[in-house]
Amino acid sequence: MAAVNTAWDQVSSNIFKTWLIMILFTLFVVGVVYVLARGFGFGEVGGIGVVGFALVVTGIMNVVSYYFSDKIVLGISGAKELKHDSSKEIYHLVENLCIAGGLPVPKIYTIDDSAPNAFATGRDPKHAAIALTTGILDKLNKQELGGVIAHELSHVGNRDTLLMAVVAILVGTVALLSDWFLRSMWFGGGDDDNKGSAIFVVLALVAAILAPIIATLIQLAISRRREFLADASGVLLTRYPQGLESALLKISSDQEPLEVANRGTAHMYIVNPLKGQSAARSFANLFNTHPSVQERVKALHEMEGKI
Amino acid sequence: MTIAYVIIGLIVILAFWLLTTYNSLVTLRNRVREAWSQIDVQLKRRSSLIPNLVETVKGYAKHEKEVFENVTKARSALMGAGNPHEAADANNMLTGALKSLFAVAEAYPELKASENFKQLQEEISDTETKVAASRQFYNTNVLDYNNTTEMMPTALIANMFGFTKSEFFQATEEEKKDVEVKF
Repeated sequence: MAAVNTAWDQVSSNIFKTWLIMILFTLFVVGVVYVLARGFGFGEVGGIGVVGFALVVTGIMNVVSYYFSDKIVLGISGAKELKHDSSKEIYHLVENLCIAGGLPVPKIYTIDDSAPNAFATGRDPKHAAIALTTGILDKLNKQELGGVIAHELSHVGNRDTLLMAVVAILVGTVALLSDWFLRSMWFGGGDDDNKGSAIFVVLALVAAILAPIIATLIQLAISRRREFLADASGVLLTRYPQGLESALLKISSDQEPLEVANRGTAHMYIVNPLKGQSAARSFANLFNTHPSVQERVKALHEMEGKI
Repeated sequence: MTIAYVIIGLIVILAFWLLTTYNSLVTLRNRVREAWSQIDVQLKRRSSLIPNLVETVKGYAKHEKEVFENVTKARSALMGAGNPHEAADANNMLTGALKSLFAVAEAYPELKASENFKQLQEEISDTETKVAASRQFYNTNVLDYNNTTEMMPTALIANMFGFTKSEFFQATEEEKKDVEVKF
């Protein structure tokens, strides 16, 4: 990384790394899919058919969840819409950060939970929503809240819901194909003419076992990269890294569990709401959707005084 | 024959590059203009609150004529501003005039207690934040546009078609001084 690590530098570096990971990821998926298709014993044409089918299945699932992302998550979390008149201060805080970022004002929701946390969702900036727990509104001061909201708005501006939906389609395709292959090994038997050459069957077996895990790890790496990016672009909105820094520390040191969060929605929050994960850090990090708070605070600290 | 094809190919590539570069410059310049009109929206909003404010304060503090005059003068300067530079100056003038108006208000407890006045004060401080935010967005777009017009090889096309650098909406010396603590 460059010597001068401003918010601008961090934004470009995170965007560059996302592209890099996405290109490698696509190549990886294409490779795995090829090996699996050959393992099934299809020639080029038949292989494309299976792959196409897997793509369509996961595609439909994810496009539906992408399209309704806001309604589903807000519904699960029991979020209530916050109106302009009932809470002018919060509304204005969001509105002013939106002006700075050139975004339409999203719908603002509150979740009645005393644990401090927040998330953003919605398929594009016009259908975006951000949700804040009542705990975060009570426990953070205005600067900290500004940092959190800017982070969430950056997820919206960076189209992270779309990116993660695309990634989920790729991961889903790999998982589905691997699953089909393993099942066909178990129950296939008989029809030997239809099996691929021995070497591809072995390769495909290895791929079917390992690829879903690797794909998931890459998905998590992208998710962590987007968190760093949202932190950095958020700072470009507030021009005050200290606000988000102290917010992250406050949220992560808060002892209360967020009751409405579950494994399905945990990845969306600004800080992972499922507490009690302090295993061997560098290794455990690989399986997290978010970088550790220490790493994020360190990156934010580097931006101080440089914007 | 082959040479002719190569030359035709090169011309097509060059034309394509020219076209896309030109179009992206137009996009960036229009973004700067749009961002500028957003500042304008906020400035208008801000100046539309002024007459109401002046009336309210006048009701309690008739004798502070000079303050009212300054505010009104700054407001019309802002309404008439035609470019970022003038607008920035007028906006700063208005900020200064409003500051002395609010300072004067301190001396009138009844005015300070008035709901109407409190609400206006709140709204004016919010529009001030909005002006600052839209200014920030404008500057981000100017940075993008200027970077593109000044970097090679795009700079060649920018020069050829008159894409000139845009001006940042800057804080004046006076505004920067406000940070100092006065005793």
